[in-house]
Amino acid sequence: MTANPPDVTPDIPAHTGSRASRILGVAALAAIVLATLYGLVWSPADVEMGDSVRLMYVHVPTAVFCYVGCFITTLASGMWLWKRTPGWDVLAGAGAELGLVFVLLALATGSLWGRPTWGTYWTWDARLTSTALLAVLLVGYLALRRLDLDPTVRSARVPVLGLLLVPNVVIVSRSVEWWRSLHQRATVTTLDPQIDGDLLVALMTGFLAVGLAFAWLLLHRFRVGWLEYQAQRIDLDEAVAARRAEAARRTGASAAAPAATSPEPAEAVGS
Amino acid sequence: MSAATLAMTHAGYVAAGWGATFLLVGGYAVSLVLRGRKLSRQVPPEDRRWS
Amino acid sequence: MWRDALLVAGRDLRIEARSRVATSQVAPFALLVLVLFAFALDPDTGVLESATPGLFWVAVLFSGLLALSRSAALDESDGVRDALRLSGLEPGGIFLGKAAAVAVQLLALQAVLAAGVIVLYGAEPSGVALLALTCVTGTAAVAATGTLYGALVSGLRVRETLLPLLLLPTLAPVLIGATRAFEAALGGDTLTRGWAWCGLLLFFAVLYTLAGALAYGVLLEGS
Repeated sequence: MTANPPDVTPDIPAHTGSRASRILGVAALAAIVLATLYGLVWSPADVEMGDSVRLMYVHVPTAVFCYVGCFITTLASGMWLWKRTPGWDVLAGAGAELGLVFVLLALATGSLWGRPTWGTYWTWDARLTSTALLAVLLVGYLALRRLDLDPTVRSARVPVLGLLLVPNVVIVSRSVEWWRSLHQRATVTTLDPQIDGDLLVALMTGFLAVGLAFAWLLLHRFRVGWLEYQAQRIDLDEAVAARRAEAARRTGASAAAPAATSPEPAEAVGS
Repeated sequence: MSAATLAMTHAGYVAAGWGATFLLVGGYAVSLVLRGRKLSRQVPPEDRRWS
Repeated sequence: MWRDALLVAGRDLRIEARSRVATSQVAPFALLVLVLFAFALDPDTGVLESATPGLFWVAVLFSGLLALSRSAALDESDGVRDALRLSGLEPGGIFLGKAAAVAVQLLALQAVLAAGVIVLYGAEPSGVALLALTCVTGTAAVAATGTLYGALVSGLRVRETLLPLLLLPTLAPVLIGATRAFEAALGGDTLTRGWAWCGLLLFFAVLYTLAGALAYGVLLEGS
């Protein structure tokens, strides 16, 4: 990429917004305010857990939407292999990146919930462990995407890895759950608390807020990815055109040069 | 532990969790919008799929 | 397809036999890992004995990574990749052949490691049938998954660092299952449960063998 790329669109507003995304953004902000009010102010503390339940209103939705992101990546990877339109590849990348942001949040809030509840920041609880592995799976997938690969190589390997994401997540979490279930009796203080009444309302608003935020972020991440793809294509076209011009100049110059020098050897030979 | 004590000891964790969420999501949103603006200047409008 | 697999397996194993990297470098590395565990975990506290199944399988995974990396490296030069693509060999067969060759090496590694834990950690084998079948299914799982992931990173400069990052989280269920099965065989759990874990390994192996055979064609095309 050049240091100061030329502004191709001086007259048109340069951003990834649109009417739809603005409506979505406003809705998301409203939902966030509502969820914050319900989660932090209007809902009571849990009888057993205390105020730490308020972290659940963030933890559970972010974990769920991380799975949604992974699902999007796998689905889009499959579609990319089938249809070969670049939008699917962009979507796969967007889903994974959002998944990573949300899984890190899920891990952080889950861990912070664990400290007052269990006394430690980490236990090898099934959910937390498999969530940590999920984070590593996403990091790996994004690492492969970030490599500068030949397009044919990339278009084969990245979607295959993307397709494997959801199966991996499922198998890993099932195995970890089975393993940990052998050691832990079901207790009330698991990461799946029984929530009802006002607390359930708070959780639902959390879901709404996180969901709308996820949708808005996905939309913009997709558009950013699409622009990156287009910018790369433009760069490539320019590079090819520049090389062709260079080659034309050289053949033009070499066509002129022999005509200037050839008479001399003939004269030298002749004399 | 009384309800009051419980509430006091958890406030820090709740604040940290919610605060981190707002920071991370907000920061990510801002970076997306900025990247979008920078890239939009390099790509002519016919190559986009939105207004 | 099976003939193609045998062909490729034979070729991979022949290259290995001639270069002897597995025997002269990977196997010693596997034993070295066992020794390092002893340094880290203090042989006097009894931790080594109780952790033997886990340490065994971690050593298998680490040395397996080396074997898989080499297997992927065999096909990296341009000439070989084009030759494979144009050879008319079925991609599924190529995959099965490579996986089989790695599986043979892994089984040999496990034999070495078994001797290692018996000698170094004083392990006393029992429930040998379960131990053996776990080794077979675990090997199949690691070989199939590793060959598929090896193809994902083949030819890349970052192959050595990317393969572990991609493969090890995927193989976590295999580590869990194989270790639990070994623990059951050695008396730490009921044999029934041990066989159940072995079943998980079998399921995993079948799944990734199918996935690899199907995906190898796509991956070979995009080389």
